[in-house]
Amino acid sequence: MTARKGLVLEVDRTTPPIVFHHGEGLRLEKLPVGSRVVYPNEPLDAVRDPEREIASALANPLGDCEPLAALMRPGMKLTIAFDDISLPLPPMAAPDIRGRIIEQVLDMAAAAGVDDVHLIAALALHRRMTEAELRHAVGDRVYDAFAPHGQLYNFDAEDPDALTHLGTTEAGEEVEISTRAVESDLLVYVNINLVSMDGGHKSVATGLSSYTALRHHHNVHTMRHSTSFMDPEHSELHTRNWRQGRLLAKAGVKVFQIETTLNNDTFPSPYGFLQRREWEMSPKDRLMLVGTKTALDVMSRRQARRIFSGIRAPYGLTSVQAGEVEAVHRVTLENVYRQHLVRVEGQTDVLTMGLPYLCPYNVNSIMNPILVACLGLGYFFNLYRGKPLVRPGGVVIMTHPTPWEFHPVHHPSYIDFFEEVLADTTDPEVIEHRYEKRYAQDEWYRHLYRTSYAYHGVHPFYMWYWCAHALEHLGEVIIVGGDPAAVRRMGFRAASTLNDALEIATDVVGRDPSITHIHNPPVLMADVV
Amino acid sequence: MSDPNRRTAVPHFGGRGSGKGSGRKKASVTRIARNTEFPLRAATTPKGQTPLPANVGSNYETDWARRFPARVARRVARDTLGRAIVHYYARPTIKGVDRLSELRGPAVFAANHQSHADTAVMVTSIPEPWCNRLVVGAAADYFFGNRFSSAISALFVGAIPIERTSVNRRNIDQAVALLRSGWSLVIYPEGGRSRDGWGQQFRPGAAYLAKQAGVPVVPVHIRGTFDILRKGRAWPKRARSVVNFGRPLDFADDDNNRRFTRRLQAAVEGLADETATGNWFAARRRLHSADSPGLEGPSASAWRRRWTLTEPAPASGADPPGDAAASKRRWPYV
Repeated sequence: MTARKGLVLEVDRTTPPIVFHHGEGLRLEKLPVGSRVVYPNEPLDAVRDPEREIASALANPLGDCEPLAALMRPGMKLTIAFDDISLPLPPMAAPDIRGRIIEQVLDMAAAAGVDDVHLIAALALHRRMTEAELRHAVGDRVYDAFAPHGQLYNFDAEDPDALTHLGTTEAGEEVEISTRAVESDLLVYVNINLVSMDGGHKSVATGLSSYTALRHHHNVHTMRHSTSFMDPEHSELHTRNWRQGRLLAKAGVKVFQIETTLNNDTFPSPYGFLQRREWEMSPKDRLMLVGTKTALDVMSRRQARRIFSGIRAPYGLTSVQAGEVEAVHRVTLENVYRQHLVRVEGQTDVLTMGLPYLCPYNVNSIMNPILVACLGLGYFFNLYRGKPLVRPGGVVIMTHPTPWEFHPVHHPSYIDFFEEVLADTTDPEVIEHRYEKRYAQDEWYRHLYRTSYAYHGVHPFYMWYWCAHALEHLGEVIIVGGDPAAVRRMGFRAASTLNDALEIATDVVGRDPSITHIHNPPVLMADVV
Repeated sequence: MSDPNRRTAVPHFGGRGSGKGSGRKKASVTRIARNTEFPLRAATTPKGQTPLPANVGSNYETDWARRFPARVARRVARDTLGRAIVHYYARPTIKGVDRLSELRGPAVFAANHQSHADTAVMVTSIPEPWCNRLVVGAAADYFFGNRFSSAISALFVGAIPIERTSVNRRNIDQAVALLRSGWSLVIYPEGGRSRDGWGQQFRPGAAYLAKQAGVPVVPVHIRGTFDILRKGRAWPKRARSVVNFGRPLDFADDDNNRRFTRRLQAAVEGLADETATGNWFAARRRLHSADSPGLEGPSASAWRRRWTLTEPAPASGADPPGDAAASKRRWPYV
């Protein structure tokens, strides 16, 4: 069956309350008459035979590149890097597409007699993946064959012996990546392109890079000039990454890029109601909605988190392409846009969004207030092409409980960032100038990043920079249902109901604002014309 | 505006204040039902949006009714209550089962259709092994009109929806898939119940299924059920019935749908003749000379058709075609 396109619904008196995500909970919100609700496209049909598609992509590479089998030879050094736990969201139901691809690549390597193979989780400054997470990503067979011999491991961006400085781009960006990747005869990168920000040169030039290289594009200036970072053609982030990627190629790093796109079939049964349009919910869906909402309202956040952490998305593979990085990524982007783009006419005064329980940096973890801001103002706000969905000086209203709660193992520097930095200022430029270097070079955070499962000391800064474009663009940010103290600490306004939030918004956008709600997830990207 | 996110007194979930002194109107079931909102009731489809096809009628999904628990429930219901009710109301005499001795695998059982009692009689008369993996083609607009009747039809009868008023490829494909996967199918090629006791011309659906699925068609004639639950009657009355199974017909290389349908109808007419006269050989001879009395009756006015139908049966050893009253003309009391 052909997937139906997304739509923009104009709210009238008969429009039902809309389901809003609210962290580990749900809200039903009645939007004012005349508001718009943007619904995502339905999931595209998945390819029937992923194994055959993968084999075909490896045998028929795009761009100036030989088939993968022809690039393998005995005695060579082969490195396979793959996206980390931050992709896809939620984690996909087994078998993970990365594992399927890696098995085929390894089959070819085995046939060609390649002995020196390393597999690296390309996590940049993210936390290290646990054994269970690695097993899920690459599969037990691959894990058991390589991990015990130290040939499957997490990338360490703070290991001075394992990093190589390759030079500086014409714009002054340094390039420093994994020594193993540099010294390999072939670097195969296995990517999951969940949104249009992912992939391309960003895979290697970010995933296997150190702070020295990342700071050249993970900064306030870059983010403010990325309009948006989900639109690579208008993204300063991508421009800089591309320059670094081209320098890598010039330095002789041979990359064979494998990119995949998934449909947006995000929620498995019995949570399928979360991706239905309200008026199309069956009695069973509505029963599940009432039951789930009621149960989540009464249970503790910890219990709810455990339930949501168990969700495995039934994503279907919609395409796989391999070969030269830029040629591959062009095709990938077309496939991502095919799934995500929904045409929306005109900007809005007020943009509402229901924030779910998960963002790329709290898989199997806690969504702390900084990540709430990052998800709403970083990711959801930037899911546009053309111009932002909300007008300059407009208001964003997000629903999320925003608890003053942090995962002490995963997010130690976030705690200090929240307590120390945000208590001083919320201005990204001041934060960058005054605090970044100290956190980035802090020995304790460095130690936790390398030996525990902590995000790098500088990571909360990047999350705040991720919001920089939105913070500059917007007149006000309101969080509905959030912990007032945590919300205020970030410089936002707290409201207990959506009506209160809309009332507060009138101070900024006038008495009769236009309102648009993005019904996300499943992910959609507004093509604003 | 009501707030469905408050943890107490949530109007969406039907909460309303009541009490004599409150000055509010007393809560009533009607008022609560009227005030119930999404998600406790379905949301209205917005203007300009095409509603999803409802899970009723020809779109109803019956897969669940062929899973193990439903099969067990259906079999238990059939062998206990079903057989008792059929025996009480229809007392069926089953004939011709020996003609199925060569039949292997699934088949289409194609019968004439006089009343709703036909299905009950058929599912309790079809012998093993076919009765254990049996689905019944049922009118999508009638038996699958709402979710309740759809569920009951699918669970207790093993019904699958068949569109009567238009060609529905999905229904046909589903029936073919079921036949290919080993399920037998009961179908009424007349497309609906008899209005006056006479049969109607067969439609080519059974032939198409036989050809597509590569399975034989068993002609079946049912007699007497018109008097049990004729069209327009709400409650059954007792009468005797006869179910006569014919020899399975295969779709021959030189057949086409129309020719096969004629063969099938002729076979059922021959079985009707056999049941009515009790003389197998004479009925066979009339069948071969294309001289069997037709199912469709004389083309005459309604009363004459009914008059002909109630003529006394021939005396030559025929079974009673219906109850005793049905074989006699009954005159109105003046």
